[in-house]
Amino acid sequence: MTIELFIQYCFAGLTYGSIYAIVAIGFNIIYNTTGIINFAQGEFVMLGGMISISLLPLMPMPLAIALAVVITMAVGALIEIIFIRWLKNPSVLRMIIITIGLSILIRETAVHIWGEGIRALPYFIGNQVTAISVFGARISPQVLVVIGVCGLMVVALGLFFKTTSVGRQMRACSANRTAAVLCGINTRNMVTFSFVLSAGIGALAGCVMSPITYSEYDIGTGLAIKGFTVAIIGGLGNAGSAVIAGLLLGLIEAFSVSVVPLAFQDAIAIAILLVILFVRPHGLFGSSEAAGLKEF
Amino acid sequence: MKRFVSKAVLAATAASLMLVPAAMAGTIKVGAILAVTGGASFLGGPEARTLEMLVEEINAKGGINGDKVEMIIKDSGASPEKAISFAKQLIEEEKVLAIIGPSTSGETMKIKDISEAGKTPLLSCAAAEVIVNPVASYVFKTPQNDSLAVKKIFMEMNRLGITKIAVLAGNTGFGQAGKGQLLKIAPEFGIEVIETEVYDKKATDLSAVVAKIRANKDVQAVVNWSVVPAQSIVIKNIRQAGWDVPLFQSHGFGNIKYVELAGAAAEGVIFPAGRLLIADTLSADHPQAALLKSYVSNYESKYNETASTFGGHAYDAFTILVKAVETAGNDRDKVRAAVENLQGFAGTGGVFNFSATDHNGLDIDAFEMMTVKDGKFVAYTGK
Repeated sequence: MTIELFIQYCFAGLTYGSIYAIVAIGFNIIYNTTGIINFAQGEFVMLGGMISISLLPLMPMPLAIALAVVITMAVGALIEIIFIRWLKNPSVLRMIIITIGLSILIRETAVHIWGEGIRALPYFIGNQVTAISVFGARISPQVLVVIGVCGLMVVALGLFFKTTSVGRQMRACSANRTAAVLCGINTRNMVTFSFVLSAGIGALAGCVMSPITYSEYDIGTGLAIKGFTVAIIGGLGNAGSAVIAGLLLGLIEAFSVSVVPLAFQDAIAIAILLVILFVRPHGLFGSSEAAGLKEF
Repeated sequence: MKRFVSKAVLAATAASLMLVPAAMAGTIKVGAILAVTGGASFLGGPEARTLEMLVEEINAKGGINGDKVEMIIKDSGASPEKAISFAKQLIEEEKVLAIIGPSTSGETMKIKDISEAGKTPLLSCAAAEVIVNPVASYVFKTPQNDSLAVKKIFMEMNRLGITKIAVLAGNTGFGQAGKGQLLKIAPEFGIEVIETEVYDKKATDLSAVVAKIRANKDVQAVVNWSVVPAQSIVIKNIRQAGWDVPLFQSHGFGNIKYVELAGAAAEGVIFPAGRLLIADTLSADHPQAALLKSYVSNYESKYNETASTFGGHAYDAFTILVKAVETAGNDRDKVRAAVENLQGFAGTGGVFNFSATDHNGLDIDAFEMMTVKDGKFVAYTGK
């Protein structure tokens, strides 16, 4: 394998990996505060892309993206308030089924609003053929935008959870919900907030990846499966490990192309997921003790 | 005498009774099974809209031989199960004269036997060659055969001196069928397929696989065979990598949306397609010129969206049916025979010449090589 080809595969892998990682982070935030997997996470990504594309004719792109993120966050809040907040001691299974229902609901609503056509945001820098040369490999600047935004998001989230009061309250919620209530933290608000946050992250991801992957009403499902795989591989609940697992899976997928036909790419991801579930059900970087304390 | 009178009265009454149905304008019931929603809506949507437009036009003109056309459009959502139950319903309950559609090859294959058993002509808008090969007496199709598109591409490769190619195909029925044809026909033209890859219809980025086939220095051209949007990602990734290899697409690229999605990367892509895409630049004496121009302008002014070759397949199916009914009347068997004997009918897909052994009726001239220039389809004139 030439060095060029190696770098080309690396960047392809980092592109997939960053996208998976961002979706996985969304899963983790909601998992931390509620203990459930929100299967509508992929739909937040779809909404971000589609809303920003619809807003684009009316305003400059940065504003359209910002507004799309805000609208999606509002949708996230609305969903939590209408469908989850009022439940009294809901079982984990019930909440998971609710999120699956929600993902279908959002998808069908999206078909009615946008139709089945495929759209895309324009490239942020240059156009479809612009490329930067890195050691002989050629990379689209948009790939660097995706990787950069993913990196920034991880750092910002880290700071948010460590330094702000709301971030600390959310962490308290995830560590021990009962104790958090006893300390006077409004756990219900924290759950709403976690939906808002993960909707925002998903929407931003949906915007930056749109020029590369295109946006369509049903891209959410595929992304949710990959993001879920990554979240499990990394160990549920940890944003940092999700990023590492995401990049790892992306790189494995990219390099797998050189040995097996492309058609097996998804099978590889699912095979890895199964192996992890059998061998290390708490994930590569998760602790088995912490996982043992969780309900799910 | 008295007996004679009563007999005459009886005869006159009988005659008048027989005359009544003929004097009253009848209706011709036609069914359509189209994927108006679902994954193949880019096919079924334009097809259904085309049929609605044509029925409106023909009824405004007084129908066929004075009979109004009643079109019953069923939305199968590209599901073969739904197509089967709609086919049975249309044939047995609605007793339609003929069925137009389905939009996809998979659905058509499922209802092929049903229309055969129900002795109801089926005019499919789907492309796969297996629909009409082997021939089923009641089953016809209007889109051009895959093998003709493949041959058209290989002829151009021979002209350019290309002998070693890579094939990338989408994992849909259309992609798989095309890949099979490419591999089968390549030796006839002295072409060797040295790389093949299949990509998912939901693929998000294909730069890794592009890097892989590019690493094979023997590849002189790439054929990207697909009808789904992911084909634009392939084009983009190839050009992004700075690889200016000749890039061939299938007739499934004949939707301006895919050009828009690939943007600057789509420039110079070569593909075979029906002449509908270049209707505005066709010379006036071409047999298809007049009807293509009127179809495209009528469709676009009515629905405010770009006409596609897919809607054209429904146009052809309906117009062929109308021609057959004009000569054969409202009778399933006679209509079937009339379609089979139809010669020299210029439709959107080409000039149709049906026969007992050819239920598609199109030859290789139905395709024209095209390319993309400044974001528009134009006739390909060679390098």
